[in-house]
Amino acid sequence: MIALEQVTKQYRHRRGEVVGLDSVDLRIDRGEFIALVGPSGSGKSTLLLVLGTMMSPTSGRVVVGDTSVYDLSVARRTQLRRAKIGFVFQTFNLIPYLTALQNVQLPLALAGVAVSEQVSRASELLERVGLAERMDHKPSELSIGQQQRVALARTLANDPEIILADEPTGNLDPDTRTQILQFFQEFNQEGKTVVIVTHDPAVAEMAHRSVRIVDGRIAHPGIAGQESAAYVA
Amino acid sequence: MRIYDIVMREILERKSQMMMSFIAIFLGITAVIAIKNISYFSEKAVERELDTLGANVLILPKSVTLQDYYSADLHDEVIPEEYVLRLTMSDVEGVDNLSPKLCVPVELSDRNFTLTGILPKSEFSAKSAWAGAGIFGRPLGCGVVEGLEEKPEDKKTLVRKRVIETLEADETLIGADVAATTGIGEGDSLELLGQPFKVIAVLPETGTVDDSRVFAHLHTVQELSGQGEVVNAIEVVGCCKQIAAGLVDDINTLLPDAKVVTVTQIAKAQLTINEMLRKVSLAFIGIIVVVGGASIANYMYSNVSERRREIGTMMALGATPSQVLWMLLFKAALLGIVGGLTGYATGTLLAVNLGPQFAGVPVLPMPMLLGWALGLSLLVALAASYFPARRAANLDPCICLQEV
Repeated sequence: MIALEQVTKQYRHRRGEVVGLDSVDLRIDRGEFIALVGPSGSGKSTLLLVLGTMMSPTSGRVVVGDTSVYDLSVARRTQLRRAKIGFVFQTFNLIPYLTALQNVQLPLALAGVAVSEQVSRASELLERVGLAERMDHKPSELSIGQQQRVALARTLANDPEIILADEPTGNLDPDTRTQILQFFQEFNQEGKTVVIVTHDPAVAEMAHRSVRIVDGRIAHPGIAGQESAAYVA
Repeated sequence: MRIYDIVMREILERKSQMMMSFIAIFLGITAVIAIKNISYFSEKAVERELDTLGANVLILPKSVTLQDYYSADLHDEVIPEEYVLRLTMSDVEGVDNLSPKLCVPVELSDRNFTLTGILPKSEFSAKSAWAGAGIFGRPLGCGVVEGLEEKPEDKKTLVRKRVIETLEADETLIGADVAATTGIGEGDSLELLGQPFKVIAVLPETGTVDDSRVFAHLHTVQELSGQGEVVNAIEVVGCCKQIAAGLVDDINTLLPDAKVVTVTQIAKAQLTINEMLRKVSLAFIGIIVVVGGASIANYMYSNVSERRREIGTMMALGATPSQVLWMLLFKAALLGIVGGLTGYATGTLLAVNLGPQFAGVPVLPMPMLLGWALGLSLLVALAASYFPARRAANLDPCICLQEV
């Protein structure tokens, strides 16, 4: 379970303060598939970063399981993120000088996992996303869709409970997009909590509920089982 | 894959950027090592050269006032020869050579000259070797470098140095004026105080009272003059560093009834030249620290700026700030180690090959400078990288992930 309690995030700007999130209350249950929707600049990405323990709120609490994450030290918060949270980025953010296999190994290496275990786990995940033949290829040698599949495999490396994705299909062609969405659905069916920031009605349709954000506030918290696509901007 | 594998791959990916920084530190260390190496051997050469100028410490009877260095022994006061033995057997550091002297007037071809008794070095070396200790138990003198062959010196240069290695009881050396005015030459025989001597060398002209001297074995002169075991002065060749470190005080403590005088011009010249060489070396070290450090800091700052997104991604994937800091400092340390090693090798090669041509001194490799080169390059690389690395470690990962 993830809970945001009265979370407010204000940014300092030359012309004053900008409100990214304004007194947001949100509860995400274990195993949910949530689509965060809303117009550009509404605060979706800020919400994703706050959920991902990467941006401390100006006020309010973020609770993951039983832990108030922003009360932890930076090092403990990093450990928690490493153990429980996986990120998928719109532009994949693969490390350009590492091969596909090494990119998937990266979270494991940072966690201090033994090299043999890293290789076996990373190979298994790349096989799962259909890239068994591309393990030794660098990102520049892979297609856009293949790069996003490597990024998905990397997200799963530490077997996170929560997957946070920012526009993961934004740069993909329709066929690849379908393939990637199927993976998200699979991950969710395996019990992982999935939160996706999206403008894509198809993604919202796939989600259990869509949370609509406007001007840093939750305009509609979504209702489980309700047609999610209706809330996409 | 370990974290250092990631660092190595990043270095190989961005070779050209790293190369500029490497070249800066490599050239800096090369220059410093070459200069330190050449200046070390130049310093030694200067010490050897100044050593030949003669004694820089004089031990005289208390009542004698020093008027002229070259005539310091021309007076009637005496001190016991036993002082030489005391010095020889002592553990006073920095005494490179000793030359006790006793002067008596002699007549030769109806002209008056000074017969100066000198003690060959072989005699006190033998005494200290017999005692198993003492100042000549140590093999090295001022500016002597192991591995560099010293030219064998003849008796003429040894007298100029105020010390002679061997001298038999019936042998004598004569000054240039003595030879010119009496017509006596090398290999001739002469009679002094009623005893026959063989002239083994005519000394080159010095322009000092030494030109009017006849040198013979100290013990022979003592016996012929009937003065007993005494000397007028003991000339000491002291290493300049030890003079500065209190050699004179040490001798004063050892010989409280004698007057110990420093020939300040010679000691000062040695110290001034050595100080100058040290300052040149320090100036170059300063330049390498500033130029090499600035280059590495610049490289690291631009590397961190360029990799903000990559570093942010790693943080999002679980890299702690200390891991990020470690990765960048490890890279800096590699730069320092490789720069230090290659700089040492190239600097040593340059010094050994170019030193004799530019400085006119033979130069040998100095393995001790390897640790010095590595230490300096590591220190510069790590210090210059610390702030960029800390900046990277404190990056806000969300700023790095621009699309989020």
